[in-house]
Amino acid sequence: MTIGSLPSRYRIGIDTVRCMECGRCIENCSYGVFRLDGDRIFVNSRNCTACHRCIACCPRDAISLEEHPCDYRSHPLWTREAREAIYNQARTGKIILAGMGNALDYPVIFDRLVLDACQVTNPSLDPLREPIELVTHLGKRPARLDLRRREGGDVELSTRLTPNLRIETPVMIGHMSYGAISLNAQVAMARAAKKTGTFMGTGEGGLHAALHPYQDRMIVQVASGRFGVNIDYLERGAAIEIKIGQGAKPGIGGHLPGEKVCAEISRTRMIPEGSDAISPAPHHDIYSIEDLAQLVRGLKEATEWKKPVFVKIAAVHNAAAIAAGIARSPADAVVVDGFRGGTGAAPMVLRDHVGIPIEAAVASVDQKLRDQGIRNEISVIASGGIRGSADIAKAIALGADAVYIGTAALAAMGCRVCGNCYRGLCPWGIATQRPGLVARLDPDEASELVANLIRAWTLELAELLGAAGINSIESLRGNRDRLRGYMLDEGLMQVLDVRAVGA
Amino acid sequence: MDGSGIRQALSMMNERGSGEGAGYAAYGIYPDYRDCYALHVFFDNVRENKPLLDSTLAQWGTVEHDEAIPTYDRPNLRAVHTPWRYFFRPDPSLGTPEDEIVSALVMQVNAARRGALIVSSGKDLGVFKAGGWPEDVADFYRIEDYEGYIWLAHNRYPTNTPGWWGGAHPFNLLDWSVVHNGEITSYGTNRRYIESLGYTCTMHTDTEVVAYLIDLLVRRHGLDVELAVRALAPPFWEEIDRMPEAEREWNRALRLAYASAMMNGPFAIVAANRDMIVGFTDRGKLRPMVVGECGDRLYIASEEAAIRAMEPQVESIRMPAAGEPVIGRVAP
Repeated sequence: MTIGSLPSRYRIGIDTVRCMECGRCIENCSYGVFRLDGDRIFVNSRNCTACHRCIACCPRDAISLEEHPCDYRSHPLWTREAREAIYNQARTGKIILAGMGNALDYPVIFDRLVLDACQVTNPSLDPLREPIELVTHLGKRPARLDLRRREGGDVELSTRLTPNLRIETPVMIGHMSYGAISLNAQVAMARAAKKTGTFMGTGEGGLHAALHPYQDRMIVQVASGRFGVNIDYLERGAAIEIKIGQGAKPGIGGHLPGEKVCAEISRTRMIPEGSDAISPAPHHDIYSIEDLAQLVRGLKEATEWKKPVFVKIAAVHNAAAIAAGIARSPADAVVVDGFRGGTGAAPMVLRDHVGIPIEAAVASVDQKLRDQGIRNEISVIASGGIRGSADIAKAIALGADAVYIGTAALAAMGCRVCGNCYRGLCPWGIATQRPGLVARLDPDEASELVANLIRAWTLELAELLGAAGINSIESLRGNRDRLRGYMLDEGLMQVLDVRAVGA
Repeated sequence: MDGSGIRQALSMMNERGSGEGAGYAAYGIYPDYRDCYALHVFFDNVRENKPLLDSTLAQWGTVEHDEAIPTYDRPNLRAVHTPWRYFFRPDPSLGTPEDEIVSALVMQVNAARRGALIVSSGKDLGVFKAGGWPEDVADFYRIEDYEGYIWLAHNRYPTNTPGWWGGAHPFNLLDWSVVHNGEITSYGTNRRYIESLGYTCTMHTDTEVVAYLIDLLVRRHGLDVELAVRALAPPFWEEIDRMPEAEREWNRALRLAYASAMMNGPFAIVAANRDMIVGFTDRGKLRPMVVGECGDRLYIASEEAAIRAMEPQVESIRMPAAGEPVIGRVAP
């Protein structure tokens, strides 16, 4: 240990009275916190990431964990995080890497919005007795229909509808690539998507053969590295998503280190084994909005206009205008990824400081599309920091058609949001490619956990809708009258177009 | 029919109101001006507000005739507005369809809030409404003096904007007038949708969007009235999934295209234009709707008692299923 090293971030304690020296903590900790020293377990808290794997495995509840066991002198400006970043960078001269979503203490707008319920003047609905529809369609809609009644009374539809994606609940699982996460994690989530009538994104890692049985529930991604993309891949997916940006790191690309590119990943991504997979910051065939429209058209052409094409952008200041541009292309949906969106690895400075919250982005995208009379041209999918059914209901009331979840689905499989995904040592078998660790995640069990989460949120959404006297999710979409802002400033309430509580 | 019958019918349901808003719409009352748009206007102050409206109207067309709507003081009704009527002809040289001119005019005047509110704007029809009990409002306008072939009437129990004359039903735009029993829980969605298509909601109450949605679907998008009702109160997906293919296809298209027009929450609605009346409820039927027939007359009301008050000889009474439209067409 060098002089000037930082205080330990966590302290692990073992209650020696409770501990029976079974050694499960030693086996399970991939970060090397525990080792056997003679007949006692020795702890090196410095290696701990607070992943909780040891705590979850300890049969005697003998392990305790404390965050920040050593105080700094408190200071409102020179926080622990600010100081530690400086010590770290003074030592390395490098960009700090971080995993998961934005970790700065910004106010969460979702938590300052409250939903409505019926009292007296209209009846609330009981989802156990009355139908509440959560079925959602994603895709372009005609602004009007040519629908005529013929002589005999039959109705004739002359408007041709473009293919829409039908989901049984407005929750989809977002794009996390094979490489960033394990194949077992992908298979588990794909099965969950199939069980719950929703879809899951492949991420930019291609589509492994193990996922082919679920391909009608997969949205295949085309990102700037074009890893894994060929015509077979495009045709297998239920829909195609062009990823322009990501909420966790707007404006930059991605980097899967070569050490993770094992034989299977190499085959799936179509790159040499052991080589770094670097996705450029922009798509080098998209330097303008018309280039994007061309790619959308190209992908549609390649798949005979049978597949919806989504475009995902990071929620940046000008997201609304960009979305309006995307709506003018043949794209079917725009995914807006807020600044709390997760990632396997991102420069901390981008993760924490670039982009805007999803709540404001969705509100302004929906408003801009309506101002221009093109809201029907495109569906809006919100992602980035969706933690529960209330967040979903609020996102939809602000104008989204559906949401993507990422971190929440991983958490359902065990992830404790420790934020060390980029190290490849995930003890839960999620963000790792090490066979021993990957094997810890049983796709059967994990798929049931993810499916349960989606089912539970679906039930809660039905309750929220019923309480609001709404029996179909369409009638919540953009229904900002059913939201009120609590302790939000006036400027933000204008952006969200909601009134204050009590108003 | 003169207005005395419907006054009587409405008075049977005073329990459903609070004496703070009632109104009537009558079709066929202005035969002398049947080619003009009859604009019924509430002025806050005639001397101050009328010159501005006159000059606005002059920009868009010509006024054939205008006058105060005759009113008669009622002890229980405070006349906070002066009702006025214009018989207006849009200027054909503007090159815009007449209906477009008049609907734009209504939106502009009502959004400007300059002491003038246009409450009806169709041809050969008028809306008579005010804050008060139905009988007082009827007597204030002496609606028994009007002869019409379609009548709508409404008694309000306001919770949101009591006493606000603009909030009383019927709501009208061009030929369509609407009365509504209920509360639309999808109002925010419907309003955002309709406002992105050139309408402006100015009445502070949910029923207003119904008039605009019907105008959009029927006049601007050319749907027949059954299809328009189906867009507003569509079948559940479960039912659509079970339909034969061709039917499933157009029902699906209708729900997708008009997802934001769909109305949620409890409602029974009666709408009329010059050719028909149509009554329908929400798809869960959370508000009552009773239909009666007698000879060539059709009656739609919240309660049977109202129909019987107006037509003791009523031949059939029935209660339509949720979402099922009941349409009465004017015989040619």
